[in-house]
Amino acid sequence: MSARYDAIVVGGGHNGLIAAAYLARGGRKTLVLERRPMIGGAAVTEEIFPGFKFSVFSYVVSLLRPEIIRDLELPRHGLQILPLESTVTPLDNGDYLASWSDPDETRRELCRHSTHDADAAVVFGRLMHHMAMAVKPILGMVPPDPTSLSPGDLAGLLKLGGHFRSLGPERFHALHKLMTMSSADYLDEWFEFDALKATKSASGIIGTFLGPRSPGTAYVLLHHYMGELDGAFRAWGFHKGGTGAISETIASAARAHGAEIRTGAAVARVLVRGGRTTGVALENGDEIAASVVVSGLDPRLTFTRLVDPKDLPTPLVDGVRNFKFRGSSGKVNLALSGLPNFTCMPGVGPHLRGAISISPSIDYLERAYDDAKYGEFSEHPYMDIVIPSMIDPDMAPPGKHVMSIFVQYAPYHLNGGWNDARREAFGDAVVKTLAKYAPNIESLILHRQVLTPDDIERITGLSEGNIFQGELALQQLFFLRPVPEWAKYRTPIHGYWQCGAGTHPGGGIMGASGRLAAREILRATA
Amino acid sequence: MASAYDPHPDREYACIRNSAALIDVSPLYKYRISGRDAMRLLDRMITRDMTKLKPGQVYYTPWCDGEGKVIDDGTVSRLDERTYRFTSADSSLRWLRMNALGMEVSIEDISEAVGTLSLQGPLSRAILSTVSPADLGALKYFRLVESTIRDIPVSISRTGYTGDLGYEIWVDASRALALWDALVEAGIPYGLAPAGVWALDIARIEAGLIMMDVDYFSAHHALIEQRKSTPYEINLGWAVSPAKGPFNGRRALTEERQRGPAWGFVGLEVEWDSFERLYAAHGLPPQISNIAWRASAPIYIGGRQVGYATSGCWSPLLKQSLALAHLRAPYFAPGTRVELETTVEHRRERSNAVVRKLPFFDPERKKA
Repeated sequence: MSARYDAIVVGGGHNGLIAAAYLARGGRKTLVLERRPMIGGAAVTEEIFPGFKFSVFSYVVSLLRPEIIRDLELPRHGLQILPLESTVTPLDNGDYLASWSDPDETRRELCRHSTHDADAAVVFGRLMHHMAMAVKPILGMVPPDPTSLSPGDLAGLLKLGGHFRSLGPERFHALHKLMTMSSADYLDEWFEFDALKATKSASGIIGTFLGPRSPGTAYVLLHHYMGELDGAFRAWGFHKGGTGAISETIASAARAHGAEIRTGAAVARVLVRGGRTTGVALENGDEIAASVVVSGLDPRLTFTRLVDPKDLPTPLVDGVRNFKFRGSSGKVNLALSGLPNFTCMPGVGPHLRGAISISPSIDYLERAYDDAKYGEFSEHPYMDIVIPSMIDPDMAPPGKHVMSIFVQYAPYHLNGGWNDARREAFGDAVVKTLAKYAPNIESLILHRQVLTPDDIERITGLSEGNIFQGELALQQLFFLRPVPEWAKYRTPIHGYWQCGAGTHPGGGIMGASGRLAAREILRATA
Repeated sequence: MASAYDPHPDREYACIRNSAALIDVSPLYKYRISGRDAMRLLDRMITRDMTKLKPGQVYYTPWCDGEGKVIDDGTVSRLDERTYRFTSADSSLRWLRMNALGMEVSIEDISEAVGTLSLQGPLSRAILSTVSPADLGALKYFRLVESTIRDIPVSISRTGYTGDLGYEIWVDASRALALWDALVEAGIPYGLAPAGVWALDIARIEAGLIMMDVDYFSAHHALIEQRKSTPYEINLGWAVSPAKGPFNGRRALTEERQRGPAWGFVGLEVEWDSFERLYAAHGLPPQISNIAWRASAPIYIGGRQVGYATSGCWSPLLKQSLALAHLRAPYFAPGTRVELETTVEHRRERSNAVVRKLPFFDPERKKA
């Protein structure tokens, strides 16, 4: 056995790094073990084609908790989030729908399509603001268990109850609708312009195996507005140097607090003796001792790979078995010799510095989901496209560009399974769909990287390639994430903890799971 | 000067810190000073030692009245043995002439004849290298070189008002538009954007750079004595050379140096939690403008006012609310905890803040 640590974090993704930084800040001798040669998990920047840098998987920063930025002094360690200004949806009739960073400009644009919707957007925005205010405190709290009578849980529930009572009936009812309805149905109550509803609902389907008409998708509409609450903090956008740079920033903060980070160090299993953890065993046979081991991996790996499920209670193992991953999204990264020319907005313009959303109608999105429901990738997929080199010129040689295309749906469980031919066919469908709106795209491609959920799982380890370490569906949130009774970062094995996005609140480069887990560990080991 | 070229300054500011921004600073007042006594005139005026300014070098400096109160601040560039370029925020012809009495010196107001474009940001050097044969790798901080940009004769100085890597390019006014176009064209592949004073204001506050008649009053404008400041009181003590020959304000400044200044000029970092609480009391998330503020805000310790802030902004890079402030001795020591008046929902409240040494932001690339 080598040097002893107070805490070992398994997995150098952003939540693992954040947990490590907080643990080290709390005086714990902390070691992070990352299997890959680079830290970051799904938040990595790689030069996969000479001179072109890609945020290979996760590509924008959203909802990164301001308290983490402050506590870990991330600006001192290189945090630099650049504004991602607009969203443009090309339409099938050659027109477009745009949303700009200037509210007046956006209103004028909406009025081109529907003055009713422009008016509705204002009131809708106000309601969403209040809904987000209502939900936001939940992001910062350890989920209380509603079936428990412990003073801590009761206090948490009481706080929540009081919080929701203070909403008043109108907002409480709205919240109930958001929690139960599909985004398409909910948006139908507000808006008439189809492309607007489609583009708004797209945020509700990202990372889930659900369509815009599936119940439960309305809730995720809120996430966008939660970001706006932190709007002052401006923690939304594109990180300079890509998402790998944000991992490096967090790692730098962790190291500054004394944490040690090892890459190329794959953990084979967590050592358990007499119901408590004693450290980890690496794949190379080395054993490292620690009284606390924190898994940043997803629930399936945490409970069935790193430890022997036989050491765990059956309901937990069963809950993890039923936890829904079913990755539904893929990623296409392109190195481009120039800029795409969109038929709806020809030439170079501000639209190329924002997101391009391929979501022309609700039917379009639902049909894309239909393909996936029956085990095929979408022939005409939903796509969220950004050109990071337009925002951060360091991502590509001058005049050249990188394009990041988030694609849905690409089901993990593809009929007949994924292979090289199917992967390239999926890539072809993406490029063909994009070419419908930007015909010159094919002639610009210098290099193409296609990532299916199968590839995401193989490279990052994320089970079934789910980008959120498990779907952000209502039955898997809050005190149910990942499983009832084990939603407070603890596990039944003493000293063994979970801190990944598979715990509350999960999802995106938010870091709240890592922070809350570290706080619980520090408290428990004080 | 344009406020912004976009509806708001977010991207223009981001360009200053991420790629490059092109800022039209032609409204500066500019003078060409030459002749046998040119150096003597400037040495008499400014607080820095002109005998040490080499050809090709630039000084940033304040200048004072006879009582050591600052009139203005600007730059002096030594173009050759006997020729200098002098810039100021305020029109300075009269003051130059008054100081030149009895000297053999020519003072030419070139404010309208010379255009100035400021190219600022981490990629400014890369952009400039594509259009100018000047050896920019060898051009040090606060040095200048005569060169061309796409055949337009220019003078390039490694100076600016952003605290970042950057250059100011001096050009005959008749060629200024062509220069703008050339730089924009060369800069686009590097993510360049034109930027206005809103973006510049945020950058200069992060860099701790003062603005005349915002952070201090010119001794020529101040209606009452209390509004005047000495260089020591506005963080420019480093630019006073007490050992040099006679200059305006020397006696007063020597006395002040021995006595210790009554005021200090420092940075303030507002503590977010206290700021957030003020808004939470009204059920609001914190409201922050993306434009810097330029109004006086009282600063307290306990119940007592100990100073005032003169400008401030939210720093998108440092993720902190910053202010530039005047504090009475001894409260300007870094780390001192103070309260800054903050208006929230029409009420005057106070947020906690900590005194910091300026600048807030000082990247290595600025001088590298």
